[in-house]
Amino acid sequence: MKKTIQQCAAAFAALGAAASALAGPAVEITQKQPLNVPAIVMFAVFVGLTLAITYWAASRTKTASDFYTAGGGITGFQNGLAMAGDYMSAATLLGLTAMVYTNGYDAYLFMIAFFVGWPIILFLMAERLRNLGKFTFADITSYRLDQGSVRTMAAIGSLTVVCFYLIVQMVGAGQLIKLLFGLDYHIAVIVVGCLMVVYVTFGGMVATTWVQIIKACLLLFGGTVITILAFSQFGFSFNLLAAKTIELHKLKDLLYTPGKLLADPINAISLAMGLMFGLAGLPHILMRFFTVNNAKEARKSVLYAAGFVGFFFNVILLMGLCAIVIVGTNPEFFEGGTVGGKIIGGGNMVAMHLAKAVGGNLLLGFLAAVAFATILAVVSGLALAGASAISHDLYARVIKKGNVSEAQEIKVSKMASFGIGLIAVVLGIAFEKQNVAFMAALAFGIAAAGNFPVLFLSMYWKDLTTRGALAAGYGGLTAAVVLVVLSKSVWVTVFGYATPIFPYDQPALFAMPLAFLLAYVFSVTDKSPRAAKERAAFSDQWVRAQTGFGADGAVSH
Amino acid sequence: MSSEMYARIRENPKFKELVSKRERLAWTLTGIVLVLFFGLFLTVAFNPSVLAIRLGESFVTTGLAIGLAQFVLFWVLTAVYVKRANSDFDALTEQLLRESLKAKK
Repeated sequence: MKKTIQQCAAAFAALGAAASALAGPAVEITQKQPLNVPAIVMFAVFVGLTLAITYWAASRTKTASDFYTAGGGITGFQNGLAMAGDYMSAATLLGLTAMVYTNGYDAYLFMIAFFVGWPIILFLMAERLRNLGKFTFADITSYRLDQGSVRTMAAIGSLTVVCFYLIVQMVGAGQLIKLLFGLDYHIAVIVVGCLMVVYVTFGGMVATTWVQIIKACLLLFGGTVITILAFSQFGFSFNLLAAKTIELHKLKDLLYTPGKLLADPINAISLAMGLMFGLAGLPHILMRFFTVNNAKEARKSVLYAAGFVGFFFNVILLMGLCAIVIVGTNPEFFEGGTVGGKIIGGGNMVAMHLAKAVGGNLLLGFLAAVAFATILAVVSGLALAGASAISHDLYARVIKKGNVSEAQEIKVSKMASFGIGLIAVVLGIAFEKQNVAFMAALAFGIAAAGNFPVLFLSMYWKDLTTRGALAAGYGGLTAAVVLVVLSKSVWVTVFGYATPIFPYDQPALFAMPLAFLLAYVFSVTDKSPRAAKERAAFSDQWVRAQTGFGADGAVSH
Repeated sequence: MSSEMYARIRENPKFKELVSKRERLAWTLTGIVLVLFFGLFLTVAFNPSVLAIRLGESFVTTGLAIGLAQFVLFWVLTAVYVKRANSDFDALTEQLLRESLKAKK
């Protein structure tokens, strides 16, 4: 009996790790550690470098196009790195390594689900996004539909995703910094908030992109070095590593076979859909398609991004497996020195302990600095996406109906980033003691069910009308929120009820088809003259999507 | 004005060729990715033992091998698409636009 309870507890803990790995690092409450000087010095170097870049970028950020999309002057390779950077948050490094450490093969499956959105976004969306969009993905959804209402809907979708994602990152940052740098939670949250506002308001997309590129390089470099050092202890023999892990891990042989995490087919499919289509609805990722010159570079961006992300996931698999042997047998990393007990700092610290074990305090400091830099870069991308939704969509297009000067629009955008920074800090502090893992599920759920269906249909289905788009956008968003609230992560973890009403982790399998259905029903029954005009406008949009003729920036660059 | 141009592009047979070629490739590749990926996830759910078989004398299971193969294959497919689109499709688009612009005069 006792054993069953323990197993259940372990399974739930694993699911928790799965949910937090979606976006948020170290969401568990952590213990403050002694001040880590090398980590702080290396982080200070990163901040100094990025601030210098921001200073340089500020001189090049004059027009609205500079601010939102770096003037479209980013190359495919740079953009690929930045996209990969946007996608690989500190959770990817820490959460997924921890998942491999605990769950083995299940974590690998999870990473494949994380990865598979990239080829899909390339085949079905990349060039159309580039050919139709200007600054935000709402440019595309509202291309031939009612500007005011559809843009407002898309902006609300963007801002909700940005907001939840930001809270997860802020809380994660605070907990992580307490642990890694030995700094106070509040200081960490405020530092992240301030730096993010500085990057975005002064440097716009140019600075945000370069911060992201530098961070992606550091992350790839750090992860690879640790893996090489760790794997060398096994003579680079996977068989030797596997044999050792099977001998040591409590799952034994089952470490390399599918386990409990994805055993329920409906849960597994819903999770996979949420991750896959969530990617295609994340505003800060979609925005990156507008920072390149043309469809050619947009396609290349995805190729590079997918390459980096795929490579890094496999690196993480090796890191997690090596950690089973290297960290899992070393009493130094366990509370009270009991091997197999509680890991110091919690499960998310596995990657950090591995860095220390193979590279000493210097490598640990480096990886800690990279983790903090990662959070900083991801929140900056999010803040810029949120600020653009406010200034470009809500202010310039909805409130001012396009009658606004570029300077005025940029000014509003800067004020918006400042506002977002302030809100992020306040919420980050307010949620310090909360378990915010559900917000990651929410962000992906809303992206997949609220943003993606309307965006996809607006590009592919000529009969989509404003009425259908609004029904799908608001319906998908509401369904995603309601289902997450009824699921275990809120109903049980936050509200304290015994059993969840909605038994799955991700709402996508249910909320996404609902959004498509709503779009269909409300569009085909729409007989208004406006709807007829919107359908007629599709054929021109289709030509532009296919050929890029008339695409923004295609001529001027 | 640009609407006229769009109409001219639409009427050019090369437009139909471009669209059908690209849609075919894009949806074929999407189909391959979705079938393989959801195939793996359904196997995990309904017949996980298939993924637990060790390959020969090694510790590598079928599940690991298939997982790695998916990473590699999906990336190769993105490369296939990018290569075709950036050469063939873009060349065709360029011809199409040139012809349509000329027709204007």
